[in-house]
Amino acid sequence: MAIIEVRDLSKQFRVARPREGARGPLARVRREYTDVRAVERVSFDVEPGEMVGYIGPNGAGKSTTIKMLTGILVPSGGRLTVAGFEPSRQRKEMARHIGVVFGQRTQLWWDLPLADSFTLLKHIYRVPDERFAANLGRCIDTMEMAEFLRTPVRQLSLGQRMRGELTAALLHNPEVLYLDEPTIGLDVVAKSRIREFLTSLNRDAGTTILLTTHDMGDIERLCRRVIIIDRGGILYDGDLERLKARFATERTLVVDLEEPAPALDVPFATVERVEGPRQWLRFQRADTSAAELIAAVARAARIVDLRVDEPSIEDVVLRIYAGAAKGIAINDPSPG
Amino acid sequence: MRLYWEVFRHGYRRWATYRAATAAGVFTNTVFGFLRAYVLVAVFAASATIGGYDRSDALTYVFLGQGMIMAVYMWSWWEIALAIRSGDIVTDLSRPFDYQAYWLAQDLGRACYHAVFRGIPPFVVGAIVFDLRMPESPLTWVLFAASVVMAVCVSFGVRFLVNLAAFWLLDYRGVGAIATACGTFLSGFVVPVAFFPGWLAVIAHALPFRGMIQVPIDVFLEKESGGALFVMLAVQVGWAAALFAAGRLVLRAARRRVVVQGG
Amino acid sequence: MDNELRLFPRLAWSRVRGQLEYRLSFALMLIGYFVMTLADFLAIWVIFQHLPLLAGWSLGEVAFLYGTSYVSFRIADMVVGHLDMLPTLVRTGALDTVLTRPLGSLYQVVTIDFGLRHVGAIAQGLVILVIACTTAGIPWDAGRALMLLVTIACGTAIFIAIWIVGATTVFWTLGSGLEVLNAFTYGGNQMANYPINIYAGWLRRIIAFFVPLAFVTYFPSLYILAREDPLHTPELLRFASPLVALAALLVARAVWGQGIRHYQSTGS
Ligand SMILES: Nc1ncnc2c1ncn2[C@@H]1O[C@H](COP(=O)(O)OP(=O)(O)OP(=O)(O)O)[C@@H](O)[C@H]1O
Ligand SMILES: [Mg+2]
Repeated sequence: MAIIEVRDLSKQFRVARPREGARGPLARVRREYTDVRAVERVSFDVEPGEMVGYIGPNGAGKSTTIKMLTGILVPSGGRLTVAGFEPSRQRKEMARHIGVVFGQRTQLWWDLPLADSFTLLKHIYRVPDERFAANLGRCIDTMEMAEFLRTPVRQLSLGQRMRGELTAALLHNPEVLYLDEPTIGLDVVAKSRIREFLTSLNRDAGTTILLTTHDMGDIERLCRRVIIIDRGGILYDGDLERLKARFATERTLVVDLEEPAPALDVPFATVERVEGPRQWLRFQRADTSAAELIAAVARAARIVDLRVDEPSIEDVVLRIYAGAAKGIAINDPSPG
Repeated sequence: MRLYWEVFRHGYRRWATYRAATAAGVFTNTVFGFLRAYVLVAVFAASATIGGYDRSDALTYVFLGQGMIMAVYMWSWWEIALAIRSGDIVTDLSRPFDYQAYWLAQDLGRACYHAVFRGIPPFVVGAIVFDLRMPESPLTWVLFAASVVMAVCVSFGVRFLVNLAAFWLLDYRGVGAIATACGTFLSGFVVPVAFFPGWLAVIAHALPFRGMIQVPIDVFLEKESGGALFVMLAVQVGWAAALFAAGRLVLRAARRRVVVQGG
Repeated sequence: MDNELRLFPRLAWSRVRGQLEYRLSFALMLIGYFVMTLADFLAIWVIFQHLPLLAGWSLGEVAFLYGTSYVSFRIADMVVGHLDMLPTLVRTGALDTVLTRPLGSLYQVVTIDFGLRHVGAIAQGLVILVIACTTAGIPWDAGRALMLLVTIACGTAIFIAIWIVGATTVFWTLGSGLEVLNAFTYGGNQMANYPINIYAGWLRRIIAFFVPLAFVTYFPSLYILAREDPLHTPELLRFASPLVALAALLVARAVWGQGIRHYQSTGS
């Protein structure tokens, strides 16, 4: 049974707008309201133990979805259950089964040392002593937090605090962990430390993880499955590899020839760039294979070295977002 | 000058955005007006005049006070203290304008909004329900308006200083509570200064707070005339100037501190 | 619920510890609140400099009303006064964290802070109450002593309920409910400081039956002071405060529950 079930989930926000065209000292005194449709009829399931990337451009509705999943916001329409609970009605009961990290917010006590925040959370979630010690110990070891445990939270660096936030979200062994931009603003070392930690958490404890991020590195390292959302609706839900297979159809062959030569003329490939003895040949995977192309090049000139470039996941996502903006449908016919 | 005009307008607009807050505030100010008015009605049922005030003077005093309270704004304004605590002050101080003048312009813009939208409604409601005293001379209205502007300046001067205390104190709320208490009582907001027994009146007259509420009200009620009126207004202006000067001195000391400690 | 009660001292202490970090400021705050109380009472005292009785009540008796109301109000302020931070929590989305925890949301907002600084004000109120108890000519007996404690407890509960209902409006007004809140909390205190027979009939009816401020001190004080009621209300009302307090708390809880469903969080 799915641990997260979302059906036709919607959320509208009522926002006040100053009146169009109104002027003068009274302009701001009069106002009207409009509805922002942040999430519209979104449906998906997440199975226990999955690690899912929930991505989309700014304002797509990712955080809004997570807030409904955690019981912060009451949906305007649709149904959802998490670990068997209905978030908006059974918020308190569900809270023991989930953990959340909002990269932009803190859940720690600002003026207390980090360790004291953990102790308070232990009591709030009623974590038994041994389990608390074991969980905390594991986090401290794998994320190297020992040296700043006694530091008040307001003095922690972003990376240190984020490790603290993750620990805080995990002290009670949640079955589901929501991460909303957990690596925002972190350096490469801190990012990779957090990614490794999440991988091991998912592998060893079987924690289900739903992750939003703008860093495609996070997605590639962590998630087999991605859900892409834009303007409140789901664009794609399925395997990351399959997404690449469908959208990253273009390849570039980079060859170093023995000596500089004019642009090669080989079938199905166009030379994009020539730089001394190095040439870039772009081709569609559907038209020809890399092996055939290399053979064709080898017939025309002597090759010293070569490599095949794939578009990065970032390019893929960029194209999907751009395509969506133009209204091109990309729904995967057989979601993973 | 153009900059400060823009800042003034910004101060006005910032508050104009909160329509519901304005309505809520008018409601609150009016409710308080009634509560205070009934106490005074009971007082003047037992005594015809006190300290030169009769019943309708006292009721007028209450609703003028309720109307002015937001424009004068003597409660909880912590924007500078918050900027000091968050460290944003460093950027603010490095901007190419006069920090005090910037905030004064903004505060006057705010006061302008509050005087109109928060000040007039409670007074009008009070005037409908009770028999309030209106000035006899048209000149009084002009002097009253000027005195309200000065009251805002005095209040701003005090608030500016109290906020700057945050440079030296990690938590500014203690100083704030004392300043609020002094401001509320010694300004004559709770009870007219004219009701104070001798020694308390001496204290009230020696401090700037009276200029925040009592002076404009006494102008409105035409309690003084001629030379005495002039002196009362001059003292109010004097306090505003003195507080500005003090604010600049303290700001300069604080600025040196920021430079030395790097914020 | 038991988890919440169990945690209360721990959460309160964690807040107090944070405040005690800034000792000087804390001391100033206590003094500040002391002065503030003094100013409030000075106003009453100044009035009595000019007359012996206010609407039939002596300075001692008004001081008694003031003392009971003030102590209740400031205890409520200590426990829930930081609800006036709720508009900020709502506007900045800081309430999100609260809603992810396995504790009642109202409980958590209340325990976000613990206003130890109000101890200064409570102490001041108590001093005035003690003086009033000895000078207002109260025929003390066990029933009256017990009634005094009940009055303060119920008064506190009523103020807490008012505070909660008032603060909850921010979920609809998006952060601008604070001022209305003041009308009911600080205004309520101000109103309860004086005998309600000074107010006009319509205002009195609101105080007695809509926002139940008359039950904070006026009705029970009639019994303690062994006074005639200038308004000739039924005797039974003097003992109704506990029921009224309970009802007020239940209403407050229901209103909060509705409010939290309206919470919109923020876009970032
Ligand atoms: N509390 C709110 N009040 C009004 N509008 C909101 C609120 N929260 C979100 N929105 C609007 O809903 C839409 C979705 O916002 P959401 O925060 O879910 O986006 P997101 O996908 O998390 O974006 P980002 O990547 O920028 O974090 C946006 O148009 C946003 O302006
Ligand atoms: Mg977001």
